[in-house]
Amino acid sequence: MIELVSVLMPLFVGAPLLLGAVLFVVPNRHPLQPIIGMGSLLALLAGAATLLVVTFDGDVVAHQVALWPGGIAIAFVADSFASLILTAGTLVAVISFLYMMVSGESQSPAIPALVLILMGGVAGALLTADLFNLFVFIEVMLLPSYGLLIFLSRRGEMAASRLYVVVNLLASTLFLAGVGLIYAVQGTVNLAALAGAGDDPATAVATAVVLAAIAVKAAVFPVHGWLARAYAAASPAVAALFSGLHTKVAVYIVYRISAVIFEGQSAWMLAILIFASLTLVVGAFAALGENNMRTLMIFQMVSGIGFILVGVSLFTPLGLTSGIAYMVHHMIVMGALLLTVSAIEHTYGSGMLSRVSGLRTREKLVTAAFGIGSLSLVGLPPFSGFIAKYALVLASADAGSVVIAGLLIVTSLLVLASMMKIWADVFNGKRETDVEFLAARERIRTRQGLYEDALVSDEAIEREAALAIEHIEPPKGILGADDDPHDHRGTRVNVMLILPALTLGGLSVALGLGGEVLLQLAEQASNGLIDTGDYVKAVIGE
Amino acid sequence: MSLALSVGLLAAGGTFLLFQRGMIRIILGFVLLTHAVNLLIISAGGTARRDAPFIGGDTSMAADPLPQAFVLTAIVIAFAITVVMATLAVVSRDDDDTEVETEAEAKTEEDKGDSGSLPERGESA
Repeated sequence: MIELVSVLMPLFVGAPLLLGAVLFVVPNRHPLQPIIGMGSLLALLAGAATLLVVTFDGDVVAHQVALWPGGIAIAFVADSFASLILTAGTLVAVISFLYMMVSGESQSPAIPALVLILMGGVAGALLTADLFNLFVFIEVMLLPSYGLLIFLSRRGEMAASRLYVVVNLLASTLFLAGVGLIYAVQGTVNLAALAGAGDDPATAVATAVVLAAIAVKAAVFPVHGWLARAYAAASPAVAALFSGLHTKVAVYIVYRISAVIFEGQSAWMLAILIFASLTLVVGAFAALGENNMRTLMIFQMVSGIGFILVGVSLFTPLGLTSGIAYMVHHMIVMGALLLTVSAIEHTYGSGMLSRVSGLRTREKLVTAAFGIGSLSLVGLPPFSGFIAKYALVLASADAGSVVIAGLLIVTSLLVLASMMKIWADVFNGKRETDVEFLAARERIRTRQGLYEDALVSDEAIEREAALAIEHIEPPKGILGADDDPHDHRGTRVNVMLILPALTLGGLSVALGLGGEVLLQLAEQASNGLIDTGDYVKAVIGE
Repeated sequence: MSLALSVGLLAAGGTFLLFQRGMIRIILGFVLLTHAVNLLIISAGGTARRDAPFIGGDTSMAADPLPQAFVLTAIVIAFAITVVMATLAVVSRDDDDTEVETEAEAKTEEDKGDSGSLPERGESA
């Protein structure tokens, strides 16, 4: 079984790239586009799950590409950590793509193809054991992302896309310089051959350049500012897709490099701990000040990156386990929350806290999805957030950093406060009078593919709004005896649109109730990081 | 020494251009910066050994092929992204507030372009 899986490993990269290329040949809006897109994503998920099963008892699967001898070949390698993150990332991609299919975004030219190429890059970055190849796969991942960001930003402004490209290119250039420096010092960029090389000060500094570049991509404080600006201009579904992939791949690389090259040396881990704790506090505070649901969520994401990095900086078995568990939890919950926000923005035409309100009585499913997602993010039982956060706090206290443990709890309260802000403004309260107008304008724009700053005539919007009020029945059970049914008619979120978010929310509940499974997977993954012997042996092949 | 100086000069020039306003200058800055990194990688392989690896059989003085392969790949990728950035510089130029002359104008432009705000009801007519 392991033989077969290892031979097929290059397919994780090759198949999505090839199918993505095929999709460019299929005409736009052809029914094959979403079918091939979804089919390949599901196949990738099945493949990732297979890897997870194969590596579950600690085996490391490696494939020497082109069968060159170990150490010379550029190996693909999967241990339980890589498989776990690949599975979680592909899952978020599948659900986000499902949302894109429902909302009609996958109908835009080339979108399924770009998503597939993006997944090929992600799989490559997670599976490769070579730093230069890692740079290449990060670029493979970024190029379709530029496309997704530009094609689906209906705001018609490229400023955010420019920012995204420039920041990422700068980080990539720095990363490449770091790889060059490592090659200059060590004469190799094979991760396994570099195992333990962090003892040498020159190598350590060169690796620190690589880590600094990755920190930009992971949106670690003080280089986190671009994330909110860039993701806020993307289409909501794209933001959800990116949140599960880009920053998490960067965090994965931090984990991998810390474990293999630095082997958890306390001086470097302390540096990561300082930046991680700053990130989690700054992200949580920044979220409190936002007045837009999406940017608020994105700053929660920044804060979450801090939580995940605390796990690696402790570098104890429990610390790594809880960090990895938190990472999986964060990918799923952030996907659920961003997709919930997407559904609201798509239907009501705005994500501003002051524009949309009173959803609690009208939108039962949206309220459920938001409730599950936010409570899980805060870290209450029975959701996955409780398991992950509880383990992380325990691990910090266990490693002697009681201050950090306290910081994690206080930050969770800040997260709760910003979630309550959304609850109070968007879900509670009375319906805004002009919400029907905004929703109608958004529908017209979506139908005609207009940019956000394109003008739509008031009469057309009035007609559209009147039509919606006439045709959409009020939700059952919210009418009191004295209520005029007419007041409660009008726009509601399509059930299909909220199902993807509910699926991820359900997964969070499942991982919370079956926390044993999540922690076991994470523990197995952390074993491979603490003792990198098997990883090195599989790659070098001795 | 000359290599180190070139890398330094290119990196300095690239960084200077990155801090300029205007997308074209930023793109040129990146071109310089990637050249600096490419030279850095070439120098990582050592420049003293320059012989061809396949004639004569003595490989002790052969050039290191790996950095050359790195640089070749990096050049292709940098070229692709330069094209993407050049496209971004051309497409929808009117929303680019980086060319605005005075600070005051830049401020008003920024306020208008604030990504979260929606035009008021009357404005959309």
